[in-house]
Amino acid sequence: MKTLFPQLAHRPRAAYAATAILAIALAVLPLIVGLAGNAWVRMLDFALLYVMLALGLNIVVGYAGLLDLGYVAFYAVGAYMYALLASPHLMENFEWIAQLFPDGLHSSIWMVVPLGAALAATFGVLLGAPTLRLRGDYLAIVTLGFGEIIRIFLNNLNAPLNITNGPQGISNIDPVRIAGVNFARPIEIAGFELQSVQLYYYLFLILAIGVIVVSIRLQDSRIGRAWVAIREDETAAKAMGINTRNVKLLAFAMGASFGGISGAMFSAFQGFVSPESFVLMESIVIVAMVVLGGMGNVPGVILGAVLLYAIPETLRFIAKPIQEAIFGTEVVAPEALRMLLFGLAMVVIMLYRPAGLWPAAVHGRALVPADQSGSGDAHATRPGGGETR
Amino acid sequence: MTAATSSQCVDDGTPLSHPSAMLLVNGVNKRFGGLQALSDVGMDIRRGEIYGLIGPNGAGKTTFFNVITGLYTPDSGSFVLDGQPYEPTAVHTVAQAGIARTFQNIRLFGEMTALENVMVGRHVRTRSGVWGAVLKTRAERNEEAGIRQRSLELLDYVGIGRYANFQARTLSYGDQRRLEIARALATDPKLLALDEPAAGMNATEKLSLRSLLEHIRDDGKTILLIEHDVKLVMGLCNRVTVLDYGRQIAQGEPAKVQRDPAVIEAYLGASHD
Repeated sequence: MKTLFPQLAHRPRAAYAATAILAIALAVLPLIVGLAGNAWVRMLDFALLYVMLALGLNIVVGYAGLLDLGYVAFYAVGAYMYALLASPHLMENFEWIAQLFPDGLHSSIWMVVPLGAALAATFGVLLGAPTLRLRGDYLAIVTLGFGEIIRIFLNNLNAPLNITNGPQGISNIDPVRIAGVNFARPIEIAGFELQSVQLYYYLFLILAIGVIVVSIRLQDSRIGRAWVAIREDETAAKAMGINTRNVKLLAFAMGASFGGISGAMFSAFQGFVSPESFVLMESIVIVAMVVLGGMGNVPGVILGAVLLYAIPETLRFIAKPIQEAIFGTEVVAPEALRMLLFGLAMVVIMLYRPAGLWPAAVHGRALVPADQSGSGDAHATRPGGGETR
Repeated sequence: MTAATSSQCVDDGTPLSHPSAMLLVNGVNKRFGGLQALSDVGMDIRRGEIYGLIGPNGAGKTTFFNVITGLYTPDSGSFVLDGQPYEPTAVHTVAQAGIARTFQNIRLFGEMTALENVMVGRHVRTRSGVWGAVLKTRAERNEEAGIRQRSLELLDYVGIGRYANFQARTLSYGDQRRLEIARALATDPKLLALDEPAAGMNATEKLSLRSLLEHIRDDGKTILLIEHDVKLVMGLCNRVTVLDYGRQIAQGEPAKVQRDPAVIEAYLGASHD
């Protein structure tokens, strides 16, 4: 509770009440939105997937300060892993797999989530290992290349062995099944019908909460401090005895694992994956979510993810009617408008809120030390006058 | 190598394998291309003393410092830290072995608070990993509480406890120096190596830095001090080594070294004409 509402830390009852209200709001949200149509609930589901992705990237970019422009690769790794393990694709192409699994290849979510996390983490280390000496722009270029390599592999691994089915992608992917409940079909609970998209919403919400808890706990830990120390000054971090190689690889692995989980969920939710979903633009959008929201600050990153996902989606619904109302015809396509607004948002944020919409709170930035008045001794100089570098 | 060292420096007669030596350095050579930055430098820093390393600009002080803190690999040389052979190969193992350093141009973690900076210093003496943090195990919580407690104590110790929750970059210059020292002390060092801690300080700040360093020594820490300010070194250090063009030209108690003709010629003479 304390970490959820830091400003209510000294009022535990208020913090509990706020948490309860938030929990109820999140639980009721898909039911209310569902009244407007399943398409809107579907957007909520995707927003949650993006929250997970942005929080994963936040570990790499926000905490450890390693600019990663190929993050969508881990999303792709998770998505394709689930697609291969829970669709007829492999069985149709490989005789021996069909013989091995006469009932068809189906994988339980309990296995897929940890496996997706582990596989993506492995890829994270694979990307991290050769880039340990790189920083900033150079790292961004290499990671960008890595993201493209993964996508191009997925696009071309249909010959000589058809593993990924190339640009056609993999279809007929199993939906999530938990305790016999098939998430692809509506279920009835006490006379009330829950749609498939609503079921997925609750699943994604639970996973997202898990990712949030992990993010917050890591932030205030020995490892989290080591990440931030590396971001702030790698040489000094090394001199403090931090094994920067291992700690950086850990950041890549942790960040990637979140991407792997949400990729697997994306795959199950859509029932279809193709390389087209994992283009460079996706990576850039996820970086934008982290940067615009507030690097390193969990609530900020969540806000960034939701806003940057919701605004273009909303635009898709309202851009045409608005333009028709004003100009009588559609002047700019929603897709072009989206890029225009993205660019505009970037410029405005960088000019007016360079630390993001909701930057990490600095504890005590406004504090005045209790005994400030008696600054007789030499070292009691006032903080803030410290620009004497 | 021992013979070579003692032949070129004014030793105070102590054998180099003194049992109370905290850091024993012998025959360090370092060459950068055509420049012999360090030739056959050696010293023994005793437990609980402040050892000064002085010399004019370009004498090789910082090179030597970077050698013992693992930033540069020496061409030759042997090191014994607290009775154990010590190989300064990778920078991050140096703190583990027991040498903590500060930087000439302050290198704090600017966006972190003063307290967090010191907590980072505890990294090397603690061991919680990702699982401990994610599951909030009892061991992890105890360790975190211990880190916080110790870090707050250290902030108080260097006299900036009241700024614990301030961003490091907002502290005044003198306080940033103190914070760097607190962060180094957090690694529980056997040897605290300070690279020009008084650089850029005014007279009052220097005076209070001096009393802090004396305080740290009196609490049993061993300090290696590289300094430009001869007055500060002479007043503070138990023993000093003077470097000039990568060679040791004198070694011993400040009062003796100060009278050494070679030193006067090379260094003090130049500034006290």
